[in-house]
Amino acid sequence: MKNIGIIFKRELESYFATPVAYVFIVIFLVLSGALTFHMGNFYERGQADLAPFFNFHPWLYLFLVPAISMRLWAEERKSGNIELLLTLPITMIEAVIGKFLAAWLFTGIALLLTFPLWITVNYLGDPDNGIILAAYIGSLLMAGGFLAIGACISATTKNQVIAFIISVVICFAFLLSGFPIVLEFFRGWAPQYIVDAIASLSFLTHYTSISKGVIDLRDIIYFATLIGCWLYANAVVIEMKKAS
Amino acid sequence: MIEIENLVKKFGALTAVNDISFTVEPGQVLGFLGPNGAGKSTTMKMITGFLAPTSGTIRVCGHTVEGDSLNAKREIGYLPEGAPSYGEMTPLQFLQFIADVRGLKGAKRAGRIDTVISQLHLQQVINRPIETLSKGFKRRVGLSQAILHDPQVLILDEPTDGLDPNQKYEVRELIKNMAQDKIIVISTHILSEVDAVCSRAMIIANGKVVANETPKELISRSPTGRLDDVFREITYAEGLS
Repeated sequence: MKNIGIIFKRELESYFATPVAYVFIVIFLVLSGALTFHMGNFYERGQADLAPFFNFHPWLYLFLVPAISMRLWAEERKSGNIELLLTLPITMIEAVIGKFLAAWLFTGIALLLTFPLWITVNYLGDPDNGIILAAYIGSLLMAGGFLAIGACISATTKNQVIAFIISVVICFAFLLSGFPIVLEFFRGWAPQYIVDAIASLSFLTHYTSISKGVIDLRDIIYFATLIGCWLYANAVVIEMKKAS
Repeated sequence: MIEIENLVKKFGALTAVNDISFTVEPGQVLGFLGPNGAGKSTTMKMITGFLAPTSGTIRVCGHTVEGDSLNAKREIGYLPEGAPSYGEMTPLQFLQFIADVRGLKGAKRAGRIDTVISQLHLQQVINRPIETLSKGFKRRVGLSQAILHDPQVLILDEPTDGLDPNQKYEVRELIKNMAQDKIIVISTHILSEVDAVCSRAMIIANGKVVANETPKELISRSPTGRLDDVFREITYAEGLS
């Protein structure tokens, strides 16, 4: 546990030691604001909620989260630091969790900095702050899911660009699997339980229900399991690929 | 003590390390010699627990590297090939991070960090990002990290690569001073270094040990009295067979 904390601290500080953190946070805030007001018609809707803000998060994360996760392991492998890290007296799982938590907290910080929107909507009207809080939690969980996928993909390559592109594609697949167009495609020939299984794999299905204010244990378990599985795969991939 | 028995490492069809056995005792400095690709770094990566052997056993101070890897890793200080470190950190931050992972605390932590900084003359760059440092400084930062917790076992992959002649001399003196009670394994391409610091030289070619004796004995094999000639003779013959 102590080692997770040490790895976590080093990793988080490294975001802020380089321009990565500032560029990411600024782009995230600008894009989430622009999407909310221009495409989400925040004012025109005339409703005191943050739905136009949270609806865009899956699409924002699709590109921004892999940009954070791509360096997690690819850079360690390219620089040779992985050899230093894994010959220190720490376990693989401590390294994997420490690095993941640092990236997750970092996206959490970016998310937290969108608080002016929350202030705005409270100033303009009388929103249900419980729903907003639930949506923030859902958004953070979804970011964790994206990050865990990205971390695992990052371990498969030394090349950050490849890590980015493959992570986007896999995250896209996880998002899309809840879309009617995809489900219709399967519905034609696959049994219903397969269609349900595919739909239940989708980030969107689970995120949407949480962001409506319904924190269902099943949605939490979904994200926790997803993160756990991808992090486990992450450790396995590092073990397999570290020699190359 | 490092005890290695019948160590084999295969990468697919390639046998990088082919049935190597040896022991290193406290007070010894073992020099690994060999052409590029001979298996020196692979052997070091297995001793330090980075790579798992295909077969064979490694014990470091009584701990098997595969079974009891955390305790084995605690005994070892390791400078990997190319002296990697985190470029965005300063040497001070980097050493503090390593000290935390190594479990150094309080006055001991501060004392050890100060000691290695002065041993490797890092004072003037201690607050500059490592990525902006020269090759010689980067190598010394890597070395300082390896000796920070005053380990019983030191595994150094090309510790003097990229250093200027004065720095090479200093690092060799540092290794010699630490040698009295420690187990040190270094790999090198510089044959004169073997004569200067090693108490035993092991030549590896094609994953096998082809010579394992004192530098003096090695030199006496050659009519010219030069280590280079012995090295060439042994490794060429191995390469052709």
